[in-house]
This record gives sequence, structure tokens and C-alpha cells, in this order.
Amino acid sequence: MALWLEIIVSVFLVIGGVFGIVGSFGLVKLRDSMQRLHAPTKATTLGVGGVLIASMIYFGAIKGTLSFHELLITLFLFLTAPITANFIAKSFMARNMKPTDLPDTTRPYGWSVYDDPPGDTEMQEDARLED
Amino acid sequence: MIEYALLFAMGCFGIGLLFNLWRIARGPNPADRILSLDTMVINVIALLVLYGIFRETQIYYEAAMLVAMVGFVSTVAYSRFILRGDIIE
Repeated sequence: MALWLEIIVSVFLVIGGVFGIVGSFGLVKLRDSMQRLHAPTKATTLGVGGVLIASMIYFGAIKGTLSFHELLITLFLFLTAPITANFIAKSFMARNMKPTDLPDTTRPYGWSVYDDPPGDTEMQEDARLED
Repeated sequence: MIEYALLFAMGCFGIGLLFNLWRIARGPNPADRILSLDTMVINVIALLVLYGIFRETQIYYEAAMLVAMVGFVSTVAYSRFILRGDIIE
């Protein structure tokens, strides 16, 4: 294996490790629950991304053919990280905040954490009117 | 050189797992614990990929993919249970 490939793989591994430990350390260090949401969902996906790029380059170098199926995990994590962050924030709001603490939504319906979805209520009212 | 970088990255993610365990034990509310479990899953994915590089085999790629999918589903199920009191309505 060529020296410059080893250097590139090592740099990506070190970057991934540093981002991984920063994400987990932010989970310990930050004060508030909503602040703690910030650290892992960004930094740890970058850490896993660095490790997976290192794995892709390494196996491409020792097998001779570059395959991109490692990027599937990165793509999956990039797609699911905002969804899990949204769900965790909503569960925190449902347990720890009151609807009166939040600003007005300036829409005909309220916050989705506390109220039913607007489509559902309209359908329920229609069903009630038909009855 | 790759061996030392691998050991460094494995140490980093291992210490990260210990930080997550501390937050699970300490966490004041359930959202912190769900977040720690989700971060633990991501650290385990990175450790599996690193172990695959260490053993020079690509078998662990499938394991990492499965852990990623199961981790996402379990995180959504757990926060949905806290949010609505039920997983599938």
C-alpha cells in the first residue's frame, strides 16, 4: 500500500475519532437538555462519516477496486439524524414544557406536540357533522 | 501508521461510549437518555467499521448497516412512546 494512501486513511481515521469524542464529550459537558441535543447529532455523524470514508479508501486500496457501498451508511445516518433529533426534541417538549411557555404559531392550529394534526381535526369535525 | 490511527480512533469512540453511559446513568430526563442511547448506537457503528478495517474484512459492513437501521427504529419508537404513550396508533 502506497505511503500517501496510508497518510490519507490515517488522517480520515484521526478526524473521525476526534469528531466522535467531541460529540460524546458535548453530551457530558453541555448544561441544558436542548443544548445537549446539539452535540451528538452533528458531530458524531461527521465522525462516522470520516471513519467510513477511511474504510472506503482503505478497502479500495487493498482490493484494487473502489466501492461506494460504505457511503450508504453515511447517507442513511444523514437522512435519519434530523428525524431522530426532531423526535427527541418533541418528546422533551411534551414532558418538560407547557404550551403557555411557547410563542404563538401565527397559524390557525397550535403546536403539533400538544394538538392533533389539523387534517385530523377537520376530518373528525366532518364526521361529527355527518352524524 | 494505519495501526496507530486505528488504535487512536478506537480509543476515542470507546471513551465516547463511557461518556454516553455516564449521561444515561445521570440524565435528568428521558430525552437525555434517548439521546445518549442514539449516540451509543452511532459510536458502535463506528467501532464496527473500525474493527472491520482492523481485521481487513468487509463482513462487518453488513453488521454496521443493520445496527444503524435498528438504532434508528428503536430511537423513534422510544421517543414516540414518551410523546404519545403508544408506539403505533
